[in-house]
Amino acid sequence: MKTDIILCGVGGQGILSIATVIGEAAMHENLYIKQAEVHGMSQRGGDVQSNLRISSNPIHSDLIAKGSADVIISMEPMEALRYLPFLSKEGWIITSSKPFVNIPNYPEVDTVMADLAKVKNVITLDIEQLAKDNEIPRSANVILLGAAQKALGIEYEKLENAIRRVFGRKGDAVVDANLKALAIGKEAQR
Amino acid sequence: MRKLLLGDEAIAQGALDAGLSGVYAYPGTPSTEITEYIQNSKLAVERNVHRRWCTNEKTAMEAALGMSFMGKRALVCMKHVGLNVCADPFVNSGMTGVNGGLVVLVADDPSMHSSQDEQDSRFYGKFAMIPTLEPSTQQEAYDMMEKAYELSEEVCLPVLMRVTTRMAHSRAVVEVKETPRAENELNYDAKASHWVLLPGNAIKRNITVTGQQAELEQRAVNSEYNKYIDGADHSMGVIATGIAYNYLMECYPDGCPYPVLKISQYPMPKELIRRMTAECYAVLIAEEGQPFVEDLVRGVMPGNAVIKGRLTGELPRTGELNPDALKKALGLPVSEGYASCEDVAPRPPALCQGCGHRDVYTALNEVLKDYPNARVFGDIGCYTLGFMPPFKAIHSCVDMGASITMAKGAAGSARCHQRECQHHRHHQRQPHHRYDGWSGLGRYRQVRRHLPWPGYDRRAPQGGCSPAQEHARDHASDA
Repeated sequence: MKTDIILCGVGGQGILSIATVIGEAAMHENLYIKQAEVHGMSQRGGDVQSNLRISSNPIHSDLIAKGSADVIISMEPMEALRYLPFLSKEGWIITSSKPFVNIPNYPEVDTVMADLAKVKNVITLDIEQLAKDNEIPRSANVILLGAAQKALGIEYEKLENAIRRVFGRKGDAVVDANLKALAIGKEAQR
Repeated sequence: MRKLLLGDEAIAQGALDAGLSGVYAYPGTPSTEITEYIQNSKLAVERNVHRRWCTNEKTAMEAALGMSFMGKRALVCMKHVGLNVCADPFVNSGMTGVNGGLVVLVADDPSMHSSQDEQDSRFYGKFAMIPTLEPSTQQEAYDMMEKAYELSEEVCLPVLMRVTTRMAHSRAVVEVKETPRAENELNYDAKASHWVLLPGNAIKRNITVTGQQAELEQRAVNSEYNKYIDGADHSMGVIATGIAYNYLMECYPDGCPYPVLKISQYPMPKELIRRMTAECYAVLIAEEGQPFVEDLVRGVMPGNAVIKGRLTGELPRTGELNPDALKKALGLPVSEGYASCEDVAPRPPALCQGCGHRDVYTALNEVLKDYPNARVFGDIGCYTLGFMPPFKAIHSCVDMGASITMAKGAAGSARCHQRECQHHRHHQRQPHHRYDGWSGLGRYRQVRRHLPWPGYDRRAPQGGCSPAQEHARDHASDA
């Protein structure tokens, strides 16, 4: 298998913890992993992205070529659109539907949604509302991960186990909240 | 043991497992995580590895050289522009040579994700006559650290390890050793006069080090990191250095049809390059950074070889490489994805909400409102974002610490101007022209003495108060 993933959002939204869970699941399956991250000068409030590649064969490039990403997982709808040139024609966008407006020229929300609707495979979810309704306010990003499970090509149980290992030292309550979030996301991908 | 490590972390773990005794560094993206990793490492704590952030790259380099003098293995880390700051001890460490292994780790930032320029540290290695390594994968970065220390101790020279952003800040699975090597014993190099670079000693050392270059080149020819992989199609050969090799391999999942020379150890393995230019009609040179190899291969003398690369436009002249740049250079089709979306607006980084720098810039702009030609000399850090809207508060950012010194010079220029004015009697001496000319502060004091507070008549006609008082008044109800 080989899955090229672009994780994106606005600095501070927690895309790297999604990457950590995917990386842990892939590592446990003895898959090859490359993950190019964004560090450095204050990125909070700015656009951030990470290229995550997992494969059963050795991976050479740390960066994903244009038109070849299998999945874009985005914590913000306009940010998902930013990386469209990297998305394969058969690729999936899994994105939060809630805009994060911290710039004066943010486009009309309807325009953003219309642009997303033009993509063949899209799942948009109001993950913050879902998290709030289910009383797991800090696990919104894991709902998105659950919704991306099929597109990622990783078995659901393996993501569950990765969550247990990644969040285990934070206690059962945190693990349970994230497992619940994963399940909510899984339901949404149907 | 398999670990998922950032390139920086693989380097740090590699140094620890190679028997590191001390790391000295000045933080800078993309090098910072190396020292942080060592500082938090259990092994480093157990062994009490000396691990220090230093005043600047120069003092870090000197501390590491001192440790090497005593026979221990030392590491010094910095970003590329930091090598300018420590150029003096770096170049002269090539003259003194080393005792314990010394690795100078420099992280370059092509495409300037977080830097002022995209200088390529391999040039420093060449003119300081210091052997240079450039890993292409995280695993190679880990393995190379031990080899770098061995090389350093065998040739008694420091080793420059050059990485770039995509190596430093990308994670991969790395196989690490179960048992770390022991540290070196203290071993003071008692009879070595070459640590005293008096001209008499340095002249002898210069002959020795210059004489070593042929041996260093032969080591590069035989290096396990420099590979010549023959291919069936000799219409072209590809030289790929460091992580450019990855992008090349990404283009050919079933193997590259052309002969490939991967270079990860310098001085340049000229023998291998001559083989390629002899056997192939054309040569494409792909390197992450400036056209260092390409320039040297091209030279100035006309030859038969057709050389393609950054200097001829097959690859972009500036900026980091990526798989698509290589595809274009190799004449391969670039995959068609979706068209870019025109509705997407840029979202630049901003100072965090509640950051103290926001208040500083707000206050600064308030004070400077009445001085239309005021120039503010800024510095390097997230506060450089004060250049961006809504603050637009600084007018320079050049290098670490340049704000005060540039402000001195700028104020000095105003002093010259004022003298000239006096000399030619072109202007009446105005009270606000009589500043000391040595600093912006001096001017500010002079101006303050002769003018009312900037906010005096404009915002507080009822009696006047300072901006701080105004702020307190305006926001009294906020609490």
